[in-house]
Amino acid sequence: MAQSATSPTASSEVRHLTVRIMRFNPEIDDRPHWEQYPIDAEPWDRVLDVIQKVKWYHDDTLGLRRSCAHGVCGSDAMRINGRNQLACKVLVKSLGSDTITVEPILGLPVIKDLIVDMKPFFDHYKSVMPFLVNDDPAPTTERLQSQEERAIFDETTKCILCACCTTACPPFWGDRKYVGPAAIVNAHRFIFDSRDRAASDRLEILNDAEGIWRCRTVFNCTEVCPRDIKVTKAISQVKRALLTGEVPKASVVAESS
Amino acid sequence: MNNYHRFDCLIVGAGGAGLMAALESSKLAGTAVVTKLYPTRSHTGAAQGGIAAALSNLEEDSWENHAYDTIKGGDFLVDQTAAEILAKDAIECIYDLEHMGLPFDRTPAGKISQRRFGGHTKPNPDYDPSATPGTPNARPRIPVMRACHSADRTGHMILQTLYQQCIKQGVTFFDEFHMVDLIMEDGECRGIIAIEIATGQLHTFHAKSVLLATGGYGRIFKVSSNAYALTGDGPAIAYRHGLPLEDMEFYQFHPTGIYRLGILLSEACRGDGGVMINDKGERFMEKYAPNLKDLASRDVCSRSIYQEVRGGRGIGGRDFVYLDIRADTINRLGTSPTGGKVDSKWVESRLPDIIEFARTYLGVDPIHEPVPIQPTAHYGMGGLPTDIWGRVLRNVQGDEVPGLYSAGESACVSVHGANRLGTNSLVDLVVYGRRAGRDMARHAREVPFQPLPAKPETRSKEQISKLLSQPVKSPWIKIRDEMQRVMMDDCGVYRTAETLENARSTIARLKEQFQLVGVQDKGSVFNTGLLEVLELGNLLDLAEATVAGALARKESRGAHSREDFVDRNDEQYFSHTFASRDGENGTKVDYRPVDILWTEKDGQKVPKYPLEIRKY
Repeated sequence: MAQSATSPTASSEVRHLTVRIMRFNPEIDDRPHWEQYPIDAEPWDRVLDVIQKVKWYHDDTLGLRRSCAHGVCGSDAMRINGRNQLACKVLVKSLGSDTITVEPILGLPVIKDLIVDMKPFFDHYKSVMPFLVNDDPAPTTERLQSQEERAIFDETTKCILCACCTTACPPFWGDRKYVGPAAIVNAHRFIFDSRDRAASDRLEILNDAEGIWRCRTVFNCTEVCPRDIKVTKAISQVKRALLTGEVPKASVVAESS
Repeated sequence: MNNYHRFDCLIVGAGGAGLMAALESSKLAGTAVVTKLYPTRSHTGAAQGGIAAALSNLEEDSWENHAYDTIKGGDFLVDQTAAEILAKDAIECIYDLEHMGLPFDRTPAGKISQRRFGGHTKPNPDYDPSATPGTPNARPRIPVMRACHSADRTGHMILQTLYQQCIKQGVTFFDEFHMVDLIMEDGECRGIIAIEIATGQLHTFHAKSVLLATGGYGRIFKVSSNAYALTGDGPAIAYRHGLPLEDMEFYQFHPTGIYRLGILLSEACRGDGGVMINDKGERFMEKYAPNLKDLASRDVCSRSIYQEVRGGRGIGGRDFVYLDIRADTINRLGTSPTGGKVDSKWVESRLPDIIEFARTYLGVDPIHEPVPIQPTAHYGMGGLPTDIWGRVLRNVQGDEVPGLYSAGESACVSVHGANRLGTNSLVDLVVYGRRAGRDMARHAREVPFQPLPAKPETRSKEQISKLLSQPVKSPWIKIRDEMQRVMMDDCGVYRTAETLENARSTIARLKEQFQLVGVQDKGSVFNTGLLEVLELGNLLDLAEATVAGALARKESRGAHSREDFVDRNDEQYFSHTFASRDGENGTKVDYRPVDILWTEKDGQKVPKYPLEIRKY
């Protein structure tokens, strides 16, 4: 089948974009600097497509991470026009002007161009016991869970660990030891799971000086989450659990046999 | 020695198959995972609709039904012992995943929820062979709710859950290490060479058991649901070492890709009652698959879309049709899973992600409008031939390559035959990832480390220094673009000797051009230009093997549709293709019989799954 260059519903014009990218090559540069590229794009192109055009047709030294290109793998988090986004989820047509600025996300060390060191981010994630703990003997079939119990933590199961939230968080910029919103989201996912038995351990971890109380309820995390997780709300539910000592996950139902 | 690592078991790739194997092998043997992406970026996470297992949570079902559907879905090219293992072990594996914490959706009784998917059926209790065709009782089999799901993000939940368990179990990861070579010596695999992406340094991984779980290679095609990272690194490197690739000509095009971009819209859309419609507003699958209609298997649906477009019934006469999941449509046609009424809220709760994809990438709201779709290159049924323990085979006689394993999309067990059923890729990677992990640990406990050859990294070093030193004359991307176009046009849903010959000569020419390619980036740190060129080399080799298999197979079966040989030919081609390198630039093709099971009937030995004409 021939491929149409336009969106299916209407033909579209080509836009002449100026793409400004913050470049930094540690083997050459002392400090980051802006480079500018003229790129033609269509309204329905993704910003990721635009950046890859730079890489493929202008300068293959440009460093970026990407994989799935439709917002589920979390590789291509970057600051696009000053806001943390996944480059594959922003369309050219949504951009206000014909100039796009692209920078690495903030708060993590830049390795090269748009690539940051994700290790500190994943270390924070791993620190909150992001796995189900339940040493009760497992039944021969599934553990039962009501639809209501399942719904309580649905929102936080959606996290793709892209780091948009944590690197948009002013307290994290100020103190990189702060565990950050993404880690709290992943703690929430287990704290409120009726099958889990380690909520108090996770709450204790988050009660630390570098834990959840660093959150100043700025709401940046919620605004930038590409999965539309209400991050601030999840954080406040964890805070409430810490303050009240109660974890509302409905009563644990009898295990199936 | 710097950059030398030694593990009993080494796993390449951190998708579902790799992580499942790692969880299993690390219980008994030292294990490390080498992955070019952070594990949670793997493409298992993009799987949407569900993972099949005959749990009978919402209606009566059996593993036997699942095994039969898998064999029929694969147009009888499926190895039957492997298919029965898949269907049986699926049940235990799903419960294991649930115990690991996987947040499945739940039934009102609190059990794992299940939904319908294409080609998953059970016998119709009301079947009446004399009933009028097209009426409900004329259907010998009917759809069954078998796909266990977590909304339309089931793969995401599987990937996250397996990674979480790997953290809990303390599995060692080498994140962002890109495999460039296998270490083969005396016909055995003894490790791999990988480039540490952050530094550009080569590392030698010495191992007793190596698992290639590198995923698919859909990026050989122009319109694909596959991630950029899916470049078939494992199979391509093995192929260059002279190992065969099995059934590469069987490549699945998923019928419902987002127009132009190829992003997947789950088959669960149709499992939950959605339908495909043409420019005249007709539900055209009634014509092509009168019994299962939109729930026919994927190859059938993709060909039907092509037929509609060729007949001028694409939307506005163009090259796409509509997928309609509006509640009104489902209610008007009575296509909901229970036949009862549904509302928009229910549709949105079942398919939240794909609804968002359509809104984001097409500006179309599926709750109110139909969605423009076209077939998208989705899944390679072929790959490295393995036995039922993931052990890679070196020839059609079934001899193994000691120490080398494969599982998931990079492998061909074969449980998918000529066409994979929806959800069975996830079943494959948990069932066969686990089996491979177990056997890798067994093997590692039985044999000593074998010595490595002197300087095992030499070949990789030469390959990389050539790419870095050659002048950049024209962008390598032009080679990739032409490969993707010719594979899409000439080795896609429909093929002929003429189109395939054009694909063969084009790929051969592109491979010659590739020998002269240079990389602009000469640096060591995150030289992703270099990595993309290495990946392109892998894709070219896999395109070559795909075309070779397609040219040699003069029949139509499953996803391989030859317009010059329209029928299945069981006399000649009831066998698996093994394509391997023949000299520097040629490919040779060999065949291995399909594994079939026998049973006793009236004192006679008869095939358990007799060949039948595949109709839906």
